[in-house]
Amino acid sequence: MASTIAPIAPQFDDAVQQRDASNLGIWIFLATEILFFGVLFAAYAITRTQHAAAFAAGSRLTDLSLATVNTALLLTSSLTMALGVYAAQSGARRALVRWLSLTVILGVAFLVIKGFEYHADYVEHLVPAVDFSYPGAQAGEVELFFYLYFVITAIHGLHVFIGVVVISVIAVMASRNAFGPAYFTPVDLTGLYWHLVDIIWLFVYPMLYLVSRS
Amino acid sequence: MSSISVAQHDNYLTADFRLWSWLITLDHKRIAVLYTVSITLLFFIGGAAAAMIRLDLLTPYSELVSIETYNKLFTMHGVIMVWFFLIPSIPTTLGNFLLPLMIGARDLAFPRLNLLSWYLYVIGALFAIESLIAGGVDTGWTFYTPFSTMFSNTHVFAAVTGVFIAGFSSILTGLNFIVTIHEMRAPGLTWFRLPLFIWAMYATSLILVLATPVLAMTLVLIAVEHFFHIGVFDPALGGDPLLFQHLFWFYSHPAVYIMIVPAMGVASEIIGCFARNRIFGYRFMAYAMLAIAGFGFVVWGHHMFVSGQSAYAGTVFSLLTFLVSVPSAIKVFNWTATLYKGHISFEAPMLYALGFLGLFTIGGLTGLFLASLGLDIQLHDTYFVVAHFHYIMVGGAVMAFFGGIHFWWPKATGRMYSDAWARLAAIITFVGFNLTFFPQFIVGYLGMPRRYPEYPPEFQIWNVLSSAGAVILALGYALPLFYLFWSLRNGPAAPSNPWKAKGLEWQTSSPPLPENFLRTPVVAEEPYSYSTGGSTDG
Amino acid sequence: MDHVEFFPAAASTVAGTIDDIYFVWLALSAAITIAIAALVVIFAIKYRHGSKADRNVASGEHYEHTLHRIEITWTLVPLIIFLAMFLWSANAYYQSAAVPNDAVPVYVVGKQWMWHIEHQGGQREIGELHIPVGRTIALVMTSQDVIHSFSVPGFRVKQDVLPGRYTTLWFKATRTGDFRWFCTQYCGAAHSRMIGRVLVMEPDDFERWLALSDTAGSMAAKGAARFRQFGCSGCHGPSANVHAPRLEGLFGKPVQLQDGRTVLADERFIRDSVFLPNKEVPANYEPIMPSFRGQIDEEQMLEIIEYLKSIENVPQGGQR
Repeated sequence: MASTIAPIAPQFDDAVQQRDASNLGIWIFLATEILFFGVLFAAYAITRTQHAAAFAAGSRLTDLSLATVNTALLLTSSLTMALGVYAAQSGARRALVRWLSLTVILGVAFLVIKGFEYHADYVEHLVPAVDFSYPGAQAGEVELFFYLYFVITAIHGLHVFIGVVVISVIAVMASRNAFGPAYFTPVDLTGLYWHLVDIIWLFVYPMLYLVSRS
Repeated sequence: MSSISVAQHDNYLTADFRLWSWLITLDHKRIAVLYTVSITLLFFIGGAAAAMIRLDLLTPYSELVSIETYNKLFTMHGVIMVWFFLIPSIPTTLGNFLLPLMIGARDLAFPRLNLLSWYLYVIGALFAIESLIAGGVDTGWTFYTPFSTMFSNTHVFAAVTGVFIAGFSSILTGLNFIVTIHEMRAPGLTWFRLPLFIWAMYATSLILVLATPVLAMTLVLIAVEHFFHIGVFDPALGGDPLLFQHLFWFYSHPAVYIMIVPAMGVASEIIGCFARNRIFGYRFMAYAMLAIAGFGFVVWGHHMFVSGQSAYAGTVFSLLTFLVSVPSAIKVFNWTATLYKGHISFEAPMLYALGFLGLFTIGGLTGLFLASLGLDIQLHDTYFVVAHFHYIMVGGAVMAFFGGIHFWWPKATGRMYSDAWARLAAIITFVGFNLTFFPQFIVGYLGMPRRYPEYPPEFQIWNVLSSAGAVILALGYALPLFYLFWSLRNGPAAPSNPWKAKGLEWQTSSPPLPENFLRTPVVAEEPYSYSTGGSTDG
Repeated sequence: MDHVEFFPAAASTVAGTIDDIYFVWLALSAAITIAIAALVVIFAIKYRHGSKADRNVASGEHYEHTLHRIEITWTLVPLIIFLAMFLWSANAYYQSAAVPNDAVPVYVVGKQWMWHIEHQGGQREIGELHIPVGRTIALVMTSQDVIHSFSVPGFRVKQDVLPGRYTTLWFKATRTGDFRWFCTQYCGAAHSRMIGRVLVMEPDDFERWLALSDTAGSMAAKGAARFRQFGCSGCHGPSANVHAPRLEGLFGKPVQLQDGRTVLADERFIRDSVFLPNKEVPANYEPIMPSFRGQIDEEQMLEIIEYLKSIENVPQGGQR
């Protein structure tokens, strides 16, 4: 159970430089993700301001309970991920694998519930362009709400899926003793990505599900 | 420092001759060469579209091509030139090659990301070329809604996908550069000892990283809306086409600074070397580039003065646009002052750099016309705008790019080219460029709109002059292909420092070793220490 | 080749100011360009490699101080010039943007690839706009499909024309004649053929033209007919049994909305009320109005608006 020495890539002078570079790199990447989602939030905010009543009506048709469960799952998965990073730092290999696996399970559960939610929307004829009907004069604007709802949650869901895949790979590597107190950078970086995915959901959830329900 | 004998060690070109070794290389210099080949190809495709446009505009009626084809030509010209030539050009070719060399590093921070970014560029370009071959796109490079989403029947999806993928290439390049500059400078190389080219790469990378994601998501939104015919940009459901313009220009204005700031970096390197003088006001030059990058994010509304946005918004954007011009003006004055009391020679790179200086000045000044709210009403969407941005993009950025290629060609290839032919090419390009684009200012104020294959006969003389210039300009661009390629086989071997320039890249062999330096250099000098008692550092 | 043009005719009241700004920029730009070019040429010759010019550069605090002042100067002077030009041209913009009170409306619907004009008196034109010299005209414009832009270089005016909303452009012609009119926002295949002529006539000639033009009645009269045709009077008329606002005396007045905001009952408000009725529901009314999207086209909508403008001074009676 020897702690792993960091392999230093040839372009770097030492392990410190390598780790600093990796950290700066991931933070820059996270900044790009924030800008990426920022566009969606801006489009939503502006369209909502122009059609407040219709967006409130549309929001009331979303499934609050499933989304709340999903929020709990994702928040818990951030906790398990953080505990995983701590385990890596302490060299606790079995704990690391356990926490990472739990995170994957929670992430998959999130996606499964999302799938149920989408199916329910389909059954209720709330899928724009595919099967949408809504009575009354607001139909067009409510359709716009659901268009944004699907685009935002789908792109977020894609990021959850990518996170699940990456964490799985990291978990397999961890089970093969690839990480230890001297080198756990990939676990650290993946953790940061996962936390960002969670934070983005913390904006998506109130924005889409809560605002009309005060 | 001594120049290193090439015979003793393989250089980065000779280290491995197999094609496969090029396709899986992690060497930033090889990746730079891969990029150079790709963007040159795309440049000539975009240039072919331009040639057809100018030929068609010789007569007031669209006799060479149908009006539908014309619309596809200007769209593809814009899409290819902006996203597949100008935005990558200097950063991915000169930047990739020189950044580690100039800071004394062995490579960039993330060589695998660097190779990935080239593959993403190629895949994006393939999508764009596919959309071209399949029949083209006719939305204009600006993809305004609802035309692009609800009305165009052309291959919008493929083109937008290509640009989307190429955008990730940009983001990875910017990320790589920022981390490298922060973390991998040689000992003694403090921030204010960095060459201005590095400052330019840094400022550009900030924009690449922060602006491109906005474009990416905006493209996703129009791709989805085009495909499903539902979306937030469609007024039929209550959506807002102006929202698209805001999102699009939020990226596309900083994008023009992605295109010009690297050129400013190249110009500083060349002018410093061939005037044998410290760059005047070095610190201001560095701060100016950062200021341009920063301010560049808050002026996007100047593309929308007559779009229907409020007068208040227009006022704010106009004021900020005037403010963002000040740093550029300072740079022009500083380059001019660098010539003062220098020892100036006129090799080809210097001719390109001086051409850049003059044409960028004119381009920048005409931007002030457009920033003026009241005057922009007359000028918006006319050939005045076309002339303005070509003066900056082509007269500025492309001339600087060519200057940089000529300046660092001996370093990258180990060969000298014929300076006589190169100077001729530079002069032909300068003359051809002005003849092509200056008449467009005149016909623009007369009211000739952009994107018109047909125009009132009274405007014909200006179009003929412009097209004649385009022929000369094309010759100026074609010439380097010949003498540069010729030099690869027949040019005399280049020493490490043929121009006697300052900078770490000249302290190693031409071409450099795969690992750049035998020993990591230690820096003790200020940059551009060409002459003692030179101009202030500002 | 026909005769060559160098500069467009100046045919409106705002053209003078716009041209003045242009010429000042032209002069400033020429001066700066020549100055920079001259300096570059002079330095290139005087300080060329091998020349005997004096290259001793002073040093010391005084020198540094002088250089510093030069840099401050060449930063502040452009900044001051820019701010002055900004203020001048922003003011010119406000003159061009603010529609004068005496403006006579003319309605424009742009569509791929032609311009439809309707005068208040019901006269219609396609690709031609007849106006009298010396009268302030305000164009109320919308698009039926994509974004277009209405541009008359001779008047120095331009404004994008959008689907789903109204944009306005005003001008007062100062000379008679024909003036080129272009669409200046790329709108598809025949964008370059979406052009026309503005024909500025002497007032008498214009009145004669109006009288001779075929019309099926004034726009307001047509609008009144539409009001009945589409069933608007069924709810908004005097004998309605639905709680709907009466529209006499409405146009141009402020309206209080359900959410507490107050908006102006202008062209935009009327149009949104018809196509997006739940967007701005007036206070004390239920959101029961249906949407007429797809039933009323843009030109019919403008006629209805003209009708409502024609009853804007009728006192509101019987409000419930």
